[in-house]
Amino acid sequence: MSVLVDEDTRVVVQGITGGEGKFHTEQMLEYGTNVVAGAVPGKGGQEVAGVPVYDTVQGAAREEDANAAVVFVPPAFAGDACFEALDAKGIDLVVAITEGIPTQDMARVYRKLQETDTHLVGPNCPGVITPGVAKLGILPGNIFSEGNVGLVSRSGTLTYQVVDNLTNRGIGQSTAIGIGGDPIIGTDFIGALEQFEADPDTHAVVMCGEIGGEDEEEAARYIGEHMDTPVAGFIAGRTAPPGKRMGHAGAIVSGSGTGTAQSKITALEDNGVPVGDTPEEVADHVEDLL
Amino acid sequence: MRLHEYQAKQVFADAGIPTPASQLAETVDEAVDAAEEIGYPVAIKAQVHVGGRGKAGGIKLVESKEEAREAAEDIIGMDLKGYHVSTVLVEEAVDFVNELYVGVTMDRNEGRPVAMVSTKGGVNIEEVAEEDPDAIAREHIDPAFGMHPFQARKVVYEAGVDRAVANDVASVLTTLYQLWDDRDGADTEINPLMITSDDEVIAADAVMNIDGDALFRQPEIAEMGEEAAEGDELEQKADEYGFDYVRLDGNVGIIGNGAGLVMTTLDLVDYYGGEPANFLDVGGGAKADRIANALDMVFSDENVDSVVFNIFGGITRGDEVANGINQALEQFDEIPKPVTVRLAGTNAEEGMEILNEDLVTVEHTLEDAVQRAVEYAKEVEA
Repeated sequence: MSVLVDEDTRVVVQGITGGEGKFHTEQMLEYGTNVVAGAVPGKGGQEVAGVPVYDTVQGAAREEDANAAVVFVPPAFAGDACFEALDAKGIDLVVAITEGIPTQDMARVYRKLQETDTHLVGPNCPGVITPGVAKLGILPGNIFSEGNVGLVSRSGTLTYQVVDNLTNRGIGQSTAIGIGGDPIIGTDFIGALEQFEADPDTHAVVMCGEIGGEDEEEAARYIGEHMDTPVAGFIAGRTAPPGKRMGHAGAIVSGSGTGTAQSKITALEDNGVPVGDTPEEVADHVEDLL
Repeated sequence: MRLHEYQAKQVFADAGIPTPASQLAETVDEAVDAAEEIGYPVAIKAQVHVGGRGKAGGIKLVESKEEAREAAEDIIGMDLKGYHVSTVLVEEAVDFVNELYVGVTMDRNEGRPVAMVSTKGGVNIEEVAEEDPDAIAREHIDPAFGMHPFQARKVVYEAGVDRAVANDVASVLTTLYQLWDDRDGADTEINPLMITSDDEVIAADAVMNIDGDALFRQPEIAEMGEEAAEGDELEQKADEYGFDYVRLDGNVGIIGNGAGLVMTTLDLVDYYGGEPANFLDVGGGAKADRIANALDMVFSDENVDSVVFNIFGGITRGDEVANGINQALEQFDEIPKPVTVRLAGTNAEEGMEILNEDLVTVEHTLEDAVQRAVEYAKEVEA
């Protein structure tokens, strides 16, 4: 078992004719992902990497039974691409990889998301992988291994680092979800944790947060109140000075001191989540929890 | 991206929000002429992005030509919390009876914009938010509808604004929201919004932060942003190269890929007893040239005594990184600062074979690499 992505996931890639879209479609196919269609307006009837292209997401969903969309569309058009995927009948998972979507566009997408049952992961995220089954996004498949630890993270390469520490000890993963580093995202920590809590084959969860916002604090309270599955944590940005944006649009400690690493670490520890000082220590905690 | 006060005021004034009479000056003589023309009292205000400008001596209220000259001489050319002051705004001093706060920002926890009004204006609003959160009235706006007129009235009355000026304040707030919406604002704020004894409403300060990701569709604002560009030489260089870069106070230079992993590398430098000199994210898929540029940049920071590279390749390839490092280092007769490299992920093995171990120290784990770089920095220090 796994969450969000399994053997039945049938993917349509939005922006499949672009450089990134094409390259990662090939990578996804090579990993064994069931990519059944692409969607690019005006490019219907073409083929990319042996995959048929449709003009609309709805067309791809109707003709190829696609049930998940991955967005590789440039930032100026990616908000609209998310709307199109959320609107398409049959699509119940949207993974938005694009970095740099205007925040106000995402506020509108987020508003639309509240009206649907569809899951949105991202934007500005590495995607979702169920090791050995399928990956939706840009995560390097070779570092993951099959197992029963769920992973949720705001950052791509930090996810790889932690997965590497786990895999090197023989600890495999059920599903890894990169939720993205933007101020407004679809699935947040709590959304991902709910999925893992409901999955009988996820025996422990690693949550990698970072400075900015209050998502980690809210997730800590959720873990304390609602989760039986044990969770280990890591928080990046302990040394970040206030008012400076650390790469991610969302990674900023505001002047009044909210969103600091310390407030997140304290909230997690208060709710029984051991927090590692280093990625290696996170793997130690996971080993203890299993 | 943040506009200067004078730029934001121009945008607000063009949209119909009342602002005090003012002129921009770059020299002491220009400032004095402007003060004479506007008539005393006037405020002379440094145009830099620094919080607490007034307390730091960047704003002075003057009553005469002599005082104006003295204040302009003090402020123009001064160093305000690390920022050089090259221009001042000379502005009519408004005689007020009350100061309000009015702002629109994105509430990231709610995923929606929020309009805020408080009668405790004129002070740091973040302190008010912390100490007396009820003193700020808030109204969330549904982005599908925009701000309804009743919402502007509601938040103004809920804040306890005097009925005599409530309509005018609501009208300022409505315009402010419209600007936020049309111009891809991140935060737009007026603090203080002054109320005069004649019940006039005047924006005495103006903050306009624009979403950097939306500049492609805000050409006018992007142009103003170029005028407002600040930061030291290295930060401007990083902008040119397109790196996410933040300069810090320590002596261990850090280069990596991906914001979360670079932050983690900084944290580990600190954890192992070192002090990070910078945050530098080369981004995804960096090729050899980009890696060489990153190394050049960190080398040119005179505070840096030791450099650590931490690359976990997903779409970034280890062989490209290694070629970039060799390319940057082979131009030196002697390596200026010790470089420690850790490569993992895509093509990491190939990369480690390419790296010239006469020029760099190769480590295989993140923890080892950081500890090695911290040791080197301490050796140089000693």
